[in-house]
Amino acid sequence: MASSPDPSRSSHYVTDAYYADLVVDFTDWQADDRLITEAATREACRAFLEHEARLLDTHRFEDWLRQFTGECLYWVPATPRGGDPRREVAVCLDDRRRLEDRVYRLRTGAAWSQLPASRTARLVSNVEPFATATDDILMVRSNFTLHEFRAGESQLLAGWCAHRLRRTASGFEILVKQVNLLNCDQNLRNPSIII
Amino acid sequence: MARGTGLTNAPGVWDWDALVQDDRVHRLLYTDPAIFDAEMSSVFGGTWTYVAHESQIPSNNDFITTRLGLRPIIVLRDRDGVTRALFNRCTHRGATVCRQAQGSARVFQCAYHGWTFFNTGELSGVPWPDGYATDLKDEQYNLAQVPRLETYRGFIFATLNAGAVPLTEHLGPMTEIIDQWLDRHPGGRVKLCEANRLKYKGNWKLAYDNAADGYHVKFSHRSLLEMENRLKEGDEKGMSFYKDAPDEAPMYVQYLGNGNHFKDKRPNVEDRPGALWDIEGAHPGMEHFESSIRQRLGDRAEIALDLAASEPVNINIFPNLLILGNHIQVLQPQAVDETDSTWYGTAVIDEEDTLEGAVEEVNTLRMRTMESFPNFGEVDDATNFEEIQRGLAAEEDPWVYMHRGLGIPGRVKTDDRGLITAPATDEVFMRETYRYYKELMADPPTLEIRRAP
Repeated sequence: MASSPDPSRSSHYVTDAYYADLVVDFTDWQADDRLITEAATREACRAFLEHEARLLDTHRFEDWLRQFTGECLYWVPATPRGGDPRREVAVCLDDRRRLEDRVYRLRTGAAWSQLPASRTARLVSNVEPFATATDDILMVRSNFTLHEFRAGESQLLAGWCAHRLRRTASGFEILVKQVNLLNCDQNLRNPSIII
Repeated sequence: MARGTGLTNAPGVWDWDALVQDDRVHRLLYTDPAIFDAEMSSVFGGTWTYVAHESQIPSNNDFITTRLGLRPIIVLRDRDGVTRALFNRCTHRGATVCRQAQGSARVFQCAYHGWTFFNTGELSGVPWPDGYATDLKDEQYNLAQVPRLETYRGFIFATLNAGAVPLTEHLGPMTEIIDQWLDRHPGGRVKLCEANRLKYKGNWKLAYDNAADGYHVKFSHRSLLEMENRLKEGDEKGMSFYKDAPDEAPMYVQYLGNGNHFKDKRPNVEDRPGALWDIEGAHPGMEHFESSIRQRLGDRAEIALDLAASEPVNINIFPNLLILGNHIQVLQPQAVDETDSTWYGTAVIDEEDTLEGAVEEVNTLRMRTMESFPNFGEVDDATNFEEIQRGLAAEEDPWVYMHRGLGIPGRVKTDDRGLITAPATDEVFMRETYRYYKELMADPPTLEIRRAP
């Protein structure tokens, strides 16, 4: 093939090897000896995640999509261990195209689960970057609480995220965002927002 | 001295002919906590009720905890391989004896005073037994258990109704439809593989009313239909056959007795290998794995790809089991206005290797196709169920109508076996289900438990 296919149109990059790497990359990465203590990197990660939270809280979903690489993943496991997504269903596991589907659906004007749209406020904290075997790639752990108000009622989601980030000239881009809900294996009411 | 069992249902206090009419049902069916309580005995446990899939307890001593209505139960394979549903309730003071969602155990020990039970339900021992004057070997101290548990091709059903007919008789013609759903898989079996778990603040029957409803699809799922077809490549995807004149399409809805119904959309799809795959919406890894499976299987690839695609049926077994696409959806009432709706994924098992090594790739695709509807379809249905629950707060306007198709000559057909068939958007499935529901509620079955292991 002359050029790599557009991941917004077709999904060639989500291969067995991609899944295998994903499982390895998201296992045992939070090691104390890989924690990055350097203040500038920690601050840059914190600022990046706060910006991402603001994009979602203000419904700037298209801008949020631009934080991701072309061949990216948004993953909310349905088990606390994350599991192997080749063998079990997840709350969601979106590649580039499906992530664009997700945003497209919210913009159709007929996504009743988001009409009216949820108002959200995310608190992102405990941001800890970890080095990986690849120089320009970091793993970042952060805790979150997400207050959601919709249709007269409030609910609270909480958990932690693992962002796999690649350094760029201007900052970071997201390779994988994994959202670990505390209650990921319980029944969730209206899980139609992007977490 | 004989003591009462306390198991008798409350006598009927409702006028069921007024609440459930030919063309409409009363809001109280969805809003009255007392009716809900009666359902939790007369319907859940009063009739055959799905409790587990055998792939969740593959080996002796395996268990899951779940509920039968609101009763906490442990469904297990005991030390000898017998499938049982034990009440998860210590006979001493009532605490649950098992607090794990799943696992393997030969005994269950109550965390409160240490009473310990074999996984047959029999009391194995208590701390300091010499403090009791009574014979602790008496059956009354064994865990209660569901007296009747029967399995149809992996689906485990329970009832406390001693007078219930055998499960296969109860399912009747539904067994053939379950057979068809399973027999498209190698070996005629599937296994559960985690779930998309949703909850809505609404009555459980709102989901059951929706299960064979072909009328809502174009409206409730408009965002999904638009999303699936946004790239405009190849065939129209997903449930596009609902978009113009669904009643003129070859699909149909069918009522099969005892509250069970079936929406068959297969006739809309060409009868050839690969036809299901051709209408499957875009999903992660689709193009890569399709190409890999085609390389591996050549002209047999379509058979494998169709297994990753969604089977276009809704097989609804009253009151709580909805087999649709490749999902096993289970309804678990929590309260009159709260329901858990769990969409278990199913994976293909290929022990005979009929897919020539492609089963892992098929399952990888299948996990992703199954995540689509709960994410992009069910959330909108569940929101509509919640809005029904809100709307039904209007006391002076109590009726919920289900008369679409009623009274139109020639529209609804009954065959010699008693199967009732109608066009896709007909509400006959709902009318017939409520007729069965009314029988159960108006004349509550006698419920029993068993204590003999």
